[in-house]
Amino acid sequence: MTKKARRLYLAIGIVVFAAAAVGLTLTALKQSLTYFYMPSDVAALAERPATTIRLGGLVETGSVIYPKADDAAPEITFNVTDGEETIAVSYAGILPDLFREGQGVIVQGRFAPDGSLKADNVLAKHDENYMPKEVADALKEKGVWQQEGPAAQ
Amino acid sequence: MPNIYELANPVRFERLARPAIPWLAGATVILLGAGLYFSLFNSPADYQQSDSVRIMYVHVPAAWMALFTYTFLTMASAIGFVWKHPLADVAAKETAPIGAAFTLLALLTGALWGKPMWGAWWVWDARLTSVLILFFLYLGYIAVWRAFDDKARAARLAAILSFVGFVNIPIIKFSVDWWNSLHQPASVFRKGGPSIDPSMLTPLFLMAIAYTVFFAAALLQSMLNELAARRLTRLEAAETKTGSVLVES
Repeated sequence: MTKKARRLYLAIGIVVFAAAAVGLTLTALKQSLTYFYMPSDVAALAERPATTIRLGGLVETGSVIYPKADDAAPEITFNVTDGEETIAVSYAGILPDLFREGQGVIVQGRFAPDGSLKADNVLAKHDENYMPKEVADALKEKGVWQQEGPAAQ
Repeated sequence: MPNIYELANPVRFERLARPAIPWLAGATVILLGAGLYFSLFNSPADYQQSDSVRIMYVHVPAAWMALFTYTFLTMASAIGFVWKHPLADVAAKETAPIGAAFTLLALLTGALWGKPMWGAWWVWDARLTSVLILFFLYLGYIAVWRAFDDKARAARLAAILSFVGFVNIPIIKFSVDWWNSLHQPASVFRKGGPSIDPSMLTPLFLMAIAYTVFFAAALLQSMLNELAARRLTRLEAAETKTGSVLVES
């Protein structure tokens, strides 16, 4: 084998070895690399986790109840669903701009004794669709709207 | 068309690169100007994000470039490592700071978009974390080059680091598919075609081309600078050896 061929095999070997090492590590860490759980992931557990978790899904249409101005402890409540399971969430804090019914969200918090999630952080998830408002409106008018959430009004 | 062995000659390379740089620099200014005009003024607001979508035109091409330049760096390193091509090592070395700058730009503009849209500057999801690792890989690569006076040795060790780090590139690309992440999945290079409206693809691609031409101009100029610096080092070494002092400043 020439020196050149040996260096070539060494280079390929380093990439293959590193890929194998990283691949095994990532497989082992699969659980903790997931940023959030879906409601059906939580429902599949024997009991509600006692620690802080992140829950991801869509804000169920019609489930959002905004606090009234004279509430002593203003809280917004809504349901997070993945189409199969639904979990009730309560939150007191500032919501991101993209928060609305039908929108993908990730809420972070702990489960209250009544089985609802008391969130201390709400993140809105943005999907991969980008379009002008006129196009979104035209799609809805034609009845071919396929996105998760309703367009902004 | 010169073949690769002729380009391996630094003198030949200089003769071709030097006149190309003003053209590339001029094209960068024009393309970037057109790209920014379309991004900021001549493209529609998004139906959900409204004007915040304009951050995407700076952010997404920067992220593409971060991945592209690292791939380029690894290929140049491999050519230098296996075939001992002297210009390939110089190309790899000079790619790193440009790639690091693109990565930082993607991270910063991503944070600016994330705060109003997601509600967080930063989250430790798979996409964001793997891009942060890419930024550190660039910094590590630069550090290895600086740690050794012997250029051949530095090139060899830096190349090995680039091979190991290359594993991160497919991880970044597929992180949004393999794991639940806050970051959205790919919008342009995906099955079924882009999910971005054509009116928004114009500024996006203009910016991507502008960044690529900028990369070419900056890389060629940095390589010329590095070649000049190496020539200077050699001359100084030769002077010290002969004991004569030609230049005193």
